[in-house]
Amino acid sequence: MKNIMNNFEYFAPGSLEEALKLLSQYGEDECKIIAGGQSLIILLKQGLITPQYVIDIKGLSELDSISGNEKEGLKIGALTTHRAIEKSPLMQNAFCILAEMEQNVSSVETRNWGTIGGNIAHGDPSGDPAPVMLVLNAKYKLAGAKGERLVEAEDFTSGYFETDIGHDELLTEIQIPAPPPRTGAKFTKFSQLQGDYAIASAAVSMTLDADKKTCADIRIAMGSVAPAPMRAKKAEYLLRGKVITDDLLVEAGRMASEEASPTSDAEISEQYKRELVGTLVTRVGKEAFERAAMA
Amino acid sequence: MKKELKFVVNGQTYDLWIEPKTVLVQVLRDELGLKGTKRSCDSGSCCACTVLLNGKAVKSCSILALQANGKEILTVEGLANGTQLHPIQEAFLDNWAFQCGFCTSGQMMAAKGLLDENPDPAREEIQLAMDGHLCRCTGYNMINEAIQDAAKRLQTQEEQGGAK
Repeated sequence: MKNIMNNFEYFAPGSLEEALKLLSQYGEDECKIIAGGQSLIILLKQGLITPQYVIDIKGLSELDSISGNEKEGLKIGALTTHRAIEKSPLMQNAFCILAEMEQNVSSVETRNWGTIGGNIAHGDPSGDPAPVMLVLNAKYKLAGAKGERLVEAEDFTSGYFETDIGHDELLTEIQIPAPPPRTGAKFTKFSQLQGDYAIASAAVSMTLDADKKTCADIRIAMGSVAPAPMRAKKAEYLLRGKVITDDLLVEAGRMASEEASPTSDAEISEQYKRELVGTLVTRVGKEAFERAAMA
Repeated sequence: MKKELKFVVNGQTYDLWIEPKTVLVQVLRDELGLKGTKRSCDSGSCCACTVLLNGKAVKSCSILALQANGKEILTVEGLANGTQLHPIQEAFLDNWAFQCGFCTSGQMMAAKGLLDENPDPAREEIQLAMDGHLCRCTGYNMINEAIQDAAKRLQTQEEQGGAK
């Protein structure tokens, strides 16, 4: 690939405060934030974006940490690498879905440098972390000159590469609440190669009643089959309050497939993606159910 | 406007002024003349440009060179100790783990990243660590075997008290 990147002015702020100051100064202009840059640099090289200013936040170690536990929930700094999440001992039980998802994000090389916050802020509808964040009921903390605010993961992405981040804001932290007892979660994606972009992906988090058969609560999310990661709310409604059976999960998959709105691309048809995502929802639904029963 | 880049490559400190748009592989090859690191797909898809950054395997085509400021880089040129090949290099040679060799420096750097972290990886762990690396000639079995062999050689070397 020919590097047709335009020249830009580069800033490497030494603190979050400094980064926010730079953003309030340049954010309204042609300005991009770079973290690991594993998506951004490709866009720059292709000339698809031509920022005048680039603010490099990769060095802000204050945003690179994971803390918490299953009782209090997790706080993941936006600059935590994919690899750090994959390897973190905190990714236990209901949170192991995060480590499992990370293991198939691109290659080790990308995961060693790319960050969770960069991935989410990029807003790519085929990204793997977002559907997992949706079913874990995550919130994203955005910091700006005027202070901080929390956004539900579900409300964060509005369309292809469109997010709720303001010009003067930075994604600083991902907050994941403690899972209720008897909760199991599972994610899978279907791709042509190991670590490749998802053709379709599905995540399910299921909480069971004390009988360990009845679905008390459920969240189903799908990736790569709409302009933004989305929940399959009709399928969730079908399962909530019911005794979970294989037939019911097949029906939920069928409903989720109807809720999806994939588009055909050069390689894969809309019908194929729709069929596929339904199957994935049924499959991970079953695994989330089994995990919840064991939890 | 050019910016200062101070970093360490293969143990040697460099102080350069570069355009911010320069990616790491360009500095390594064009400024430092370290042509062992290959620039292939240049879009983060093939891992031929893999180097170690502070000990971790990364794609040098997908990192702004300025992001390596203050960091330590190891390229394939830094693997051997003088004329003494690194055990990973010996294992790649002895196991016929390459043909044209274009992807080999990236493969070996990823292998080093893996073995530094996990000295005795299972076959599946090797496959997972290497899955981003594309080789168009020789297939992947010999590469896996070379890495298993390299792990053994490094362990023997460790037992004999040799340097890594």
